[in-house]
Amino acid sequence: MNAALINLGYLGASALFVAGLKGLAHPRSAPRGNLMGATGMLIAVALTLLDRRMVTFQAIAVTLVIGTVIGATLALKIQMTAMPQLVALLNGLGGGASVFVAGVGLLEFRDAAVPALNHFTMAAVTSGVIGAVTFWGSLVAFAKLQELITDNSIRFPGQQLVNLTLAVAVGGIGLWLWLTPEPHAVYWLVVALSSMLGLLLVLPVGGADMPVVIALLNSCSGLAAAATGFVLNNNVLIIAGSLVGASGLILTQIMCRAMNRSLVDVMAGGTQATSGGGQVGDIYTGRVKAGSPEEVALLFDTARRVVIVPGFGMAVSQAQYVVAQFAELLCGRGVEVEFAVHPVAGRMPGHMNVLLAEANIAYDQLKELDDSNASFDRTDVALVIGANDVVNPAARTDPASPIAGMPILDVDKAATVVVIKRSLSSGFAGIPNPLFVDGKTIMLFGDAREMVQAIIKVLKEA
Amino acid sequence: MDILIAGLTIFVLALFAGFEIITKVPPTLHTPLMSGANAISGITIVGALLAAGSERDALSSWLGLVAILFATVNVVGGFVVTHRMLSLFQRKSSRDS
Repeated sequence: MNAALINLGYLGASALFVAGLKGLAHPRSAPRGNLMGATGMLIAVALTLLDRRMVTFQAIAVTLVIGTVIGATLALKIQMTAMPQLVALLNGLGGGASVFVAGVGLLEFRDAAVPALNHFTMAAVTSGVIGAVTFWGSLVAFAKLQELITDNSIRFPGQQLVNLTLAVAVGGIGLWLWLTPEPHAVYWLVVALSSMLGLLLVLPVGGADMPVVIALLNSCSGLAAAATGFVLNNNVLIIAGSLVGASGLILTQIMCRAMNRSLVDVMAGGTQATSGGGQVGDIYTGRVKAGSPEEVALLFDTARRVVIVPGFGMAVSQAQYVVAQFAELLCGRGVEVEFAVHPVAGRMPGHMNVLLAEANIAYDQLKELDDSNASFDRTDVALVIGANDVVNPAARTDPASPIAGMPILDVDKAATVVVIKRSLSSGFAGIPNPLFVDGKTIMLFGDAREMVQAIIKVLKEA
Repeated sequence: MDILIAGLTIFVLALFAGFEIITKVPPTLHTPLMSGANAISGITIVGALLAAGSERDALSSWLGLVAILFATVNVVGGFVVTHRMLSLFQRKSSRDS
């Protein structure tokens, strides 16, 4: 097929990618948007198979089928709670593919005797570096989320120095590869060093910071594809890659802001969970008001407006279905029920919303941080389930607190606050939460699912 | 050099387009956005196909095939799981209206 026609087709695919992502702006148009993206991909693949450079098909067809079966099986079998793992894994595979494609591109330049100092070599090295970091970084993220690596943060003395040395080495050899047409093996040396860098960068990152890392790796997988586009001089790769790169960067920024962390902090593996181990007990002693499901049910019986604040603890105890049932019961009694979802409530951006949607909770009941905060002062009961740091008023009131300035859900502005929690243990940030000793807070200690079930039971009997 | 400049122009403009479009996606849909964007980044499959199919030497073909496998899992898995998640949101909004 004519190269110009193929390129026109690639343009069409790029347009579908842009329009498809635009469709994701609303849940109604989103499935169509996703379908447009998939159509764009199908067009791009079909056109490439028509390229006159393509001479063998058999092995390719078999590989495509195997890949499709694996991909579809993974996607259909995965639990919604395990979504971050899957996205991490898929990110990594995208990055890995870029490494190999750029490697082949370099082989081609060598054979075609492309002179040194050309931008193709530079793009290939860039693609190899970003791709390898993405691949190994994602595998580590996957292992951590899947709890194959249980130690939350693995670090050793001088780790940052090692990382820096690796980064300098990668840069140096990459530059050398660009200046002199070196043997192909050098490319793989760069890839090997970048792989180590990817491993070492993600290993020290703690569980709480995973949303940032996944978003960043998402961005990297896009940038690797874009760099590969420069290697192959192919616009559809450049466009699709940079769209994804931009998307990942925005999400990274949103996550960082929501956690009040800088990207450098997260990647340097710094945690704020240092001090305060001893004082946690002190501030709570004798000041916590523990309640029973019966007492709490009375509150809900008379409430007119209830806001539920879910945290990942709720998903861990698989309580979302019971909570949905609870919300429906309240709605049936004419109570206004909303869910206030903090950006970092789940383990990746928007994760909690997916979990709630799976439990059949209506899209328009899910409120974002700003919308929720505007309505807490009109709320009778705020029900916090398995969340801690995201409702800690110290972020607002105590400038010395490690989470000072972090955007939180202002549940303490509601008339009454009910907190369901297993114990008084601190959240990811490792700091005490003054909300738990607030005069209007009632603590329900226990498993989220059992507690909500108990409340439902009392309400139904009353 | 001209090729580089043309590529960079497209790259930078697409970045801007990406920023404009993505900022309009509500936080509620950020997970499907990530998995969907992730599937799109599997566009590397185009390069993988060319690498495996042009039959220049055995090394290129093998590297290309591995890349095809990776990218296909990425693309298919990404689009399918995104579809699955979005249908969850779909069911809800229709029940409500």
